[in-house]
Amino acid sequence: MIESVIQFFVMIWKAVSDQLDPKAGFLATLNPDFQPWVSVLLSITPILVLFPLLFGITTILERKGLGRMQNRLGPNRVGPFGFAQFVADGLKMLTKEDIVPRAADRILHFIAPFVLLVPVLLAFSVLPYGRNMVPIDIDGGLLFFFAVGSATELSVFMAGWSSRNKYSLLGAMRGIAQMISYELPLVLSALTVVMMVGSLRLTQIVDAQSATLWGGLHAWHFFTPWGFAGFFLFLVAATAESNRTPFDIPEAESEIIAGYLVEYSGFKYALFFLGEYLGLFAVSALGITLFLGGWLPPFAFPFLGAVPSWLWFGLKLFAMIFFFIWIRGTLPRLRTDQLMAFAWKFMLPMTLINILIAGLWRFSRDWQLPAGAVARWIICAVLLLGAYYIFGRALQPRLAKRTYRYAE
Amino acid sequence: MLGSGIAKGLKETARNFFGSYTNESRLVTVEYPEEREPLKEATRHFPFLVYDGLDPAAGLRCVACQICEKECPPQCIYIIKDTVKKPDYTGKMQIQPKVFDIDVSVCMSCQICVEVCPFEAIKMDNEYELSTSDRFDGLLQRKDDLWKSNEYYHKIHPTEAAEVDRRLAEEKAKAEAKAKVDAEAKAKAAAEAKAKAAAAPATPATPPPAANPASS
Repeated sequence: MIESVIQFFVMIWKAVSDQLDPKAGFLATLNPDFQPWVSVLLSITPILVLFPLLFGITTILERKGLGRMQNRLGPNRVGPFGFAQFVADGLKMLTKEDIVPRAADRILHFIAPFVLLVPVLLAFSVLPYGRNMVPIDIDGGLLFFFAVGSATELSVFMAGWSSRNKYSLLGAMRGIAQMISYELPLVLSALTVVMMVGSLRLTQIVDAQSATLWGGLHAWHFFTPWGFAGFFLFLVAATAESNRTPFDIPEAESEIIAGYLVEYSGFKYALFFLGEYLGLFAVSALGITLFLGGWLPPFAFPFLGAVPSWLWFGLKLFAMIFFFIWIRGTLPRLRTDQLMAFAWKFMLPMTLINILIAGLWRFSRDWQLPAGAVARWIICAVLLLGAYYIFGRALQPRLAKRTYRYAE
Repeated sequence: MLGSGIAKGLKETARNFFGSYTNESRLVTVEYPEEREPLKEATRHFPFLVYDGLDPAAGLRCVACQICEKECPPQCIYIIKDTVKKPDYTGKMQIQPKVFDIDVSVCMSCQICVEVCPFEAIKMDNEYELSTSDRFDGLLQRKDDLWKSNEYYHKIHPTEAAEVDRRLAEEKAKAEAKAKVDAEAKAKAAAEAKAKAAAAPATPATPPPAANPASS
């Protein structure tokens, strides 16, 4: 018994200090029948505790950040600097009445928030949070992530349909159109990484970025032309997938009230909110893993390596969250036709061209070019910039010069 | 080129974000219960009754004429006249209100009661924190909640109060002058009557001085 307690704390220390297989010592002290179950529990609990907590902190950071971007103070009443606001909000949500419309399909209406939350939580199970810190390291980790991630669309349509409300249905239909349109660029932009690494295993993708460039800089995919373009394409598609401004058309408070969330209140609404933010974290974490070197520090210096790897991952996650908040504070909502045009006329061709460039990058490795690696970098970057310019120009509204016949 | 506008917008929001931490003048928020901005002199929110002197009941300018009650658009004023009269600022006997209630929840701060009052008795207050936990009695302001001194009026609306005081002083001076003239006339008439009475003491048919119309 005492051995178990000691091993429990040893396990926590091992997890915090990035050691290999922290659970083994603790599990060995237990009855072999319980070991798999305890192992599962030990993997799930931190995810179920930390990420909802991060959701709470993100809501308050988002409100304060948006406030500052608009020269306001933001919430500052509950707790120190208002940071306990999310606790108050959560309690408020819990105590609210749960209203189900009389005409609603009660079962679907009840299930919908869970259909959103469960796949999102499943997606967290394959992400590598640190060196030796990944709940399930499966071969098709990336495939699994996208497979469960696309199940969230079902929840949006379930919520919209079961509410028996025209705004709900409109929001759900907009949501489905948007999510399916942006699923494609999301997957295709991630595909470049799979091409280069040659594996769908997420830990292997991170390891592939651990080589060093000049000056000890880690070879994150972000530092290659296709990785740079791919990261931003991924970011845009991820913003659309997680229904955030400027792609919050499914919710669109000012047009269709809150879209598929119109008929949701109380805790079910909170679950939807939670699911949406957890989806944002999951897709940010995937973006970090694919392009920003996962849990690797930016430079291969020993003193940076002394910082626990999961802390680097956390810092990158916060940076991504801040970027999403920044975008939300800056851009207004797109129109539905602009959204569709952007997805099919810009995002899709750009991701396809990015795949070609990634191929070029892959096969030009052995070419004998005058300036070596730099020339390869410049050729790929110029090709991508040219494509960006052409597709970007096609997207600009073409306004004829207005002529006045009588008012000159 | 696509994205240049987005970059410009991101720059602007970033400048706001960091600027709001370094530059205090960017944050215009007044954190209300702790801080409040000084009110403008013309601020008006809810009527109050003005009294002169120290005793509110004695100095109340209101004469219960009920003009404000009749003119009030949402009908939030309720007045009952008292049977006992009291002297006003010129010393003339006037009716006074026994009950004077204004319902806060009905009043729309239109200031019409102030415009129509011929006695400068009802004025607008700048007190705006009238919320209460008691929605029946707490929202009904009684006569003794409503009366406030002329000094208070001077404090909240100095220009307006000075003008009102000047007007009242003029009226009072006029009334005093008139009273003086009347008193002189009365004294003169009394003296004449006395002289007449002295001149003709033998004529009992002469009416007594008290019945002289000048003295009434």
